[in-house]
Amino acid sequence: MTVTEQRRVWPLPGGIYLEPHKAQSLDSAIGKPPLPQQLVLCVTQPDSANAILDVQAGDYVLKGQLLAHGMDDTGINIHASTSGTVLAIRPHVLPNTSGFEELCVILQPDGEERWTRMPPIPDFTQCSREIIYARIQQAGIRGLGGAAFPSHAKLAPGSRIHTLVLNACECEPFISCDEALLKQYAADVVTGVQILLQASHAVRCLIGIEDNKPAAINTLRAVLTDPRIELVVIPAQYPSGAERQLIYTLTGITIATETLPVEKGFLCHNPATALAVMRAVVFGEAMVSRVTTVTGAALATSGNFEVLLGTPINELLLLCGIDTTQLSRLISGGPLMGTQIANLEAPVMATTNCVLATTAAELPAALPEQACIRCGFCVAACPVLLQPQVLYWHTRQQALAAATAHHLHDCIECGACAYVCPSHIPLVQYFRAAKAAIHIEQAHVAVANTSRERFEFHQARGHEEKLRQEQRRAERAALSQQTHEQVPDANGAQATIAAALARVKAKKIEQSVTANTNKQNNGDTGP
Amino acid sequence: MSSGMLNSSPHGHQRVVVSQLMQQVLLACVPGLTALVFFFGWGTLINLLWLIPLALLLEAAALRMRRRPVRIHLQDYSAVITATLLALALPPTLPWWLSLLGIAVAIIVAKHLSGGLGNNPFNPAMTGYAVLLVAFPDYMTRWLLPAEINHNLPSLIDSLQFFAGREPDAGIDAFTGATLLDSFRQQQGAQLFSEFWDTSLLAGQWSGEGWEWVNAGFLMGGLFLLYKRIISWHIPVSVLATLALLALIFHDGGSSQSQGSPLLHLFAGGTMLGAFFIATDPVTAATAKRGQLVYGTLIGTIIFALRTWSSYPDGVAFAVLCGNFAAPLIDAFTKPRPFGHTS
Repeated sequence: MTVTEQRRVWPLPGGIYLEPHKAQSLDSAIGKPPLPQQLVLCVTQPDSANAILDVQAGDYVLKGQLLAHGMDDTGINIHASTSGTVLAIRPHVLPNTSGFEELCVILQPDGEERWTRMPPIPDFTQCSREIIYARIQQAGIRGLGGAAFPSHAKLAPGSRIHTLVLNACECEPFISCDEALLKQYAADVVTGVQILLQASHAVRCLIGIEDNKPAAINTLRAVLTDPRIELVVIPAQYPSGAERQLIYTLTGITIATETLPVEKGFLCHNPATALAVMRAVVFGEAMVSRVTTVTGAALATSGNFEVLLGTPINELLLLCGIDTTQLSRLISGGPLMGTQIANLEAPVMATTNCVLATTAAELPAALPEQACIRCGFCVAACPVLLQPQVLYWHTRQQALAAATAHHLHDCIECGACAYVCPSHIPLVQYFRAAKAAIHIEQAHVAVANTSRERFEFHQARGHEEKLRQEQRRAERAALSQQTHEQVPDANGAQATIAAALARVKAKKIEQSVTANTNKQNNGDTGP
Repeated sequence: MSSGMLNSSPHGHQRVVVSQLMQQVLLACVPGLTALVFFFGWGTLINLLWLIPLALLLEAAALRMRRRPVRIHLQDYSAVITATLLALALPPTLPWWLSLLGIAVAIIVAKHLSGGLGNNPFNPAMTGYAVLLVAFPDYMTRWLLPAEINHNLPSLIDSLQFFAGREPDAGIDAFTGATLLDSFRQQQGAQLFSEFWDTSLLAGQWSGEGWEWVNAGFLMGGLFLLYKRIISWHIPVSVLATLALLALIFHDGGSSQSQGSPLLHLFAGGTMLGAFFIATDPVTAATAKRGQLVYGTLIGTIIFALRTWSSYPDGVAFAVLCGNFAAPLIDAFTKPRPFGHTS
C-alpha cells in the first residue's frame, strides 16, 4: 500500500529560509575513498567516561573487531574500521574547535579489509526485542545525525514507544549525506526502519523529509510498501530537523526541552542510523563507517563518501582537491550548528556528517557587533518561541537567574537568531557562555552542599560522642558511689562483679556504636 | 589554515545590517513628508535639513565623550531617524534654537544619558518633542493653516525667516491658526458634529484639510514598513483600533456632545506618524506580541483621552512616552511561553 494522501503538517514556529547549497555534492554516487595511511579511533565514552580497552599496541585486529567498550550498559562499543595493526593507544586531536585531545586507538591498515562479523540474522521478524537491542549495542551503533547518542540507549527495555520518527530533514545547508544515502540505499533504510519498529514495538513510523529533496522522496516512495511506514513531506525551513521541532511538525505534539522524546513515546532516528542497524542485524556488521559530505568552495570537487570512521579529515580534503590558500574556515557539520575544526589531522567520527571547507567569500567573517535595537527579528526566527533579545540583555549582564527565568535552557542553539540579527550580535555565543557559567555555578553549589553536609555530620557525631562520654562519666560516678556504700554489705563481692559486668557490657555497646558510626562515615565519603 | 580566527556556530549570517533597516524607515517617511511640505510649506524640510546634521554632530560628540567608536555608531542611522521623526513632528514655523534644544534633549538626555542606542527607556524624538511642548507651548501649538484654505503659504523666504527667529507678528498670524482637532474642541457643545463639519473651513474630505493627506502619507509609509516586515502589525493596529473604537463610542452619533468621528481621529494630527513610526520604535516598545497589543491599546487610549479631555491639542507624544513607561511592566506580564511548556 502506498500513501497517496499527505497527512497534515504543523508549521514550524519561527525558523528561517536558507539557500540549500547541496546540489554540488549530489552530482555523483557515494564515493569510496582509498584506505588511509592510518586510522584514528576515539574510544572515549559518552559523557567523557573512561573506556575499557580490549586491545593493546601491537595487536593485529580484524575489521569489525572490538577495540574498546564502556563500563556498563550505557557505554558504546568501538570497533576497528579495517583490519591491521594497532600502532599506539594515545591521546589524539578530534574534530573540534578547542584542539582538545582524547584517548584514541591508532590503527595501521594492512589493506586486506578482512572482516569479523557477528552471526547474521537475515530474518529479523522472528527476533525478540531483546535480541535486536543486544545486537545494536554490540555493533556499537550511535546516532549518525550529528549527536552520536548511543542508539541502544533509546531502545532500553521498558520504554514505551508508539511512534518511530525517521528524521530525513537534513535542514542545514551544504549537508547532503542523508539525501545521498536515501537515493542509494532506500530499500536498506526501510529494512532498518522495520527492524527498529520490531525492536521498539512502535506501531508506526513517520519519515519526515523536506520538500527540496525530490529525488530522495521519489526513491523512498518507490520502496515503501509497509503500511506502518508513512512518508511525510514537510516544508524546507531551518531548523525543521531539530528533534522536538520535527515531532511537532509531524504530529502537532510539543515536547519541552527537559522531557526526552522517548518519555513521550517517540523514538527518533536518522536514516543513516537505520541503515547501520540494518547492516548490524542482517549482515552482522559492526558500525565502522559513515557517509560524510565533503563540500565547500575551497575544494575542487564536492561529494559524498562512505568514509571509514577514523579517517583523517586531511585525507578527504586532499581527495577533493583542497586549495589551502583559499580555505578560510573548516567546519564539521553545517554552517549553522557546525563546529570549526582546529586541526586537519582530526579524524572523521560518527558525528562528522559533513566536512565543510569554505572560502572567505562563501562564509564571510562576522560583521562588527552593534547595539541591540530589540527589533525582534530574532523572536520571529526562534523555533522554541524564546525572546533572544531579552536573553541577550540578561546574559550580557551575567544576570543568570533572570536568564534562567526567561528559559535560557530551552535554547537549542540552532543559531537562527544570530543568523537574522541585523546588529550581528553572536547571540548563541552569549547563550552558550551563560549556560556554561550556570553549569559551573551549579557544580560549585553541589560541592559546597556536600562539604556542608559532611561538616554537619561531623559536628553531630562529635556532639553525640560528647553526650555519651558525659553519660558514661555520670554512670561511673553513680556506680562508684554505690560500691562505696555497699562495701560493708555481705553481697559486696557480688555487687562488684555485677558492676564490672555492667561496665564491660557498656563498653561493648559503645564499641559497636563507634563501629557503626565509622561505617556510616565511610559510606558517606565514598571509597 | 589561512585564517587564525576560530569561531563558534553559527558560521553563516544574513547580510542585513541595522543601517539598511533605518534607510527603509527613512524611505517610508517620504510620502508623509511630501504631504507636509505640500500643505504646510517649506518649514518641515528646513527643520529636517537643520536637525539631521545637528543630530549627527551631537551623536558624535556624545559617543566621543562616552569613548565609544564614533564611525560605526554613526553608520547605524539611529541619530538620523531621531532627527527625522522630530522634524516631522515639530511645527514648521519653529525658530532654529528651539529645534536645537529639542534635538539636544533627544540625543544627549533621552538617548546617551540612558546608555545609548538600545538602552534608552524613552523614545528620544518624543522626549525632545514633549520637553519643547511643555516648556514652549506657545511656539509648539502654532500650526500653519493648510494651503487649501490659506492660498498664501509662507514662501521659502518667509519660512527661512521664521527659522531665523522672526517673532510672531501680524504677518505670521495670517498664516497660522488652530488645527481641526483644536477648533473642534473649542466649539464643543455648541454645534452638532454635522453642523461643525459643514461650516468649518478646516474640514477636508474625511478629516482635517491637509492633515488627512499627511496622515494618508504616513499610513502609506507604514504599510510599506509592514510589507517589508520591518515592523509587525501588532502595535499600529492596536493603536489605531483602540483610537477608532473610543472615537466611535464618544462620537455619540454626532450629537453636540460628540468628540469627533473615528475617521476624524485616525487622520488628524500625529495619529499615523505615531502609530507606525514612533510607537513601533522597538527599543522603547513592549517586546512580546501579546505585550505589544497591550502597549498599543494603552497608547491609543491615552491619545484619545489627551485629545478629548486635556488642554493639549494632540496627545501622541505623551501617549507614546506613557507607553514607554509601561513597557517594562507589560513585558514582565506578557512573557511568551516557550515551545513545549504548558504553564
